[in-house]
Amino acid sequence: MNKFGFTLSVPRVIDYDKNDRSVADLIAAKEPTFRLCIECGTCAATCTAGNFTDFSLREINVLLRRGENEAAAEKINRCMLCGKCILVCPRGVNTRNVLFIARETLSKTNGHERL
Amino acid sequence: MNEPDKKRIWSEYQKEIADDHYFYVRSCIRQSFFPGSEQFFLHLIRDILGKDIYENPSHTTCTGIGYHTDIVPFQTIMTVVARHFALMKESGYKNIAISCVTSFGIYTEIIETWKHFPEELEKTREYLLKATGREFDIPENMAHTSDIVYKFRNEIASKAKFRLVNKKTGEPLKVVEHIGCHYSKMFPKYGVGGAEFPKVLSGMIEAWGGEVIDYPERRHCCGFGFRQYIVQANRGYSLSNSVKKFESMKPFKPDFIITNCPGCNMFMDKWQYTIREMEGRTYGENGLSIPVLTYEEVAGLVLGMNPWELGLQYHMVQPEPLLDKMGVEYSKSDKFITKDGKPLPAPEKLINV
Repeated sequence: MNKFGFTLSVPRVIDYDKNDRSVADLIAAKEPTFRLCIECGTCAATCTAGNFTDFSLREINVLLRRGENEAAAEKINRCMLCGKCILVCPRGVNTRNVLFIARETLSKTNGHERL
Repeated sequence: MNEPDKKRIWSEYQKEIADDHYFYVRSCIRQSFFPGSEQFFLHLIRDILGKDIYENPSHTTCTGIGYHTDIVPFQTIMTVVARHFALMKESGYKNIAISCVTSFGIYTEIIETWKHFPEELEKTREYLLKATGREFDIPENMAHTSDIVYKFRNEIASKAKFRLVNKKTGEPLKVVEHIGCHYSKMFPKYGVGGAEFPKVLSGMIEAWGGEVIDYPERRHCCGFGFRQYIVQANRGYSLSNSVKKFESMKPFKPDFIITNCPGCNMFMDKWQYTIREMEGRTYGENGLSIPVLTYEEVAGLVLGMNPWELGLQYHMVQPEPLLDKMGVEYSKSDKFITKDGKPLPAPEKLINV
């Protein structure tokens, strides 16, 4: 609260044009099957971690593609890297590798800075 | 689409605006914040266009701000408005000219209510008769005063001494037009061009030589919103709305903003000061702010009126950069002086000085 007795409300609108998509681009360069994902959610449906927590690989994929890296970084460590999702993916995405690269990248940047 | 169908569809977006004999009702806010606007409107209609316009000194507030903040009940505001109509009847007029967009919205809402619920009209007649002994008629023609200036925009253009053109470059001035939500978003048929294609201000700008900017948040609310600013702690909502608009229009480098609503004008003017104080942000060129003018003030400038007689010095954002672009001459020493040479109070912390 400043001298006027009120403050500017920060808009909750997500401006995708201003988001940083460099993490998604890096994943796609290192693991090209990332581009094949159609966000069907089969990975999330079979996920053991997702059975007990609100972890969803589908959601992580969506967040990374939209450049909402901070939100992805917060959730990504819940994966146990068991690889069941690879077995069920109808598009043949190497989901474990996608997640592994994303986790490695986001741990360096903490989701905040550009690569 | 064939021609007759086109005509039929567009006819729904046209508005009939009376040609003469107006009963003028003033705005509460405008008389306080932009006193020159209403004065100039009367001068324009009476002396420049030679029309008949009358204002009754017994006219009061429409209580719209109280109504929109849930303080004044609907029955009360209907009776207050009925009293205005009674004053109009007693004065012998049938065409009402409303200066305020809030009042205009109130009048349209009430007239539509009476159309759909005739029993409310009968009740209001009874309330008014019991309270004041007066009787009233619903106006034959209802126009916002910006409608009237729009109607006579070409006559004004033909008498223009200045055009909305940058004198140095010869380029048309880039103008943001902002129309009050209550003008046509509630009842589109009462606005020129309806809610989808409001033409009332852009028509004036085009007629007077300017270029209208079409920016992404053009139809966004200014943030006035009554409840959003009445409670001090909520004013951040109001400010955030204005900031959203300013951020959106900034890349188009507007030379000025024209509004037809007192609330929009007040907030788009004064919030520029607030956001500058809070965050150090400005939205005009070279670190300046964008002047916000009423349509009467713009008409006055176009017709060569002295900017200080129009009351431009009482806006928070000062108009000098715009006046320089248009080539309007003004005296710095006469800025805060009355016609008979007495000093006027000079506001503090003005912007663009």
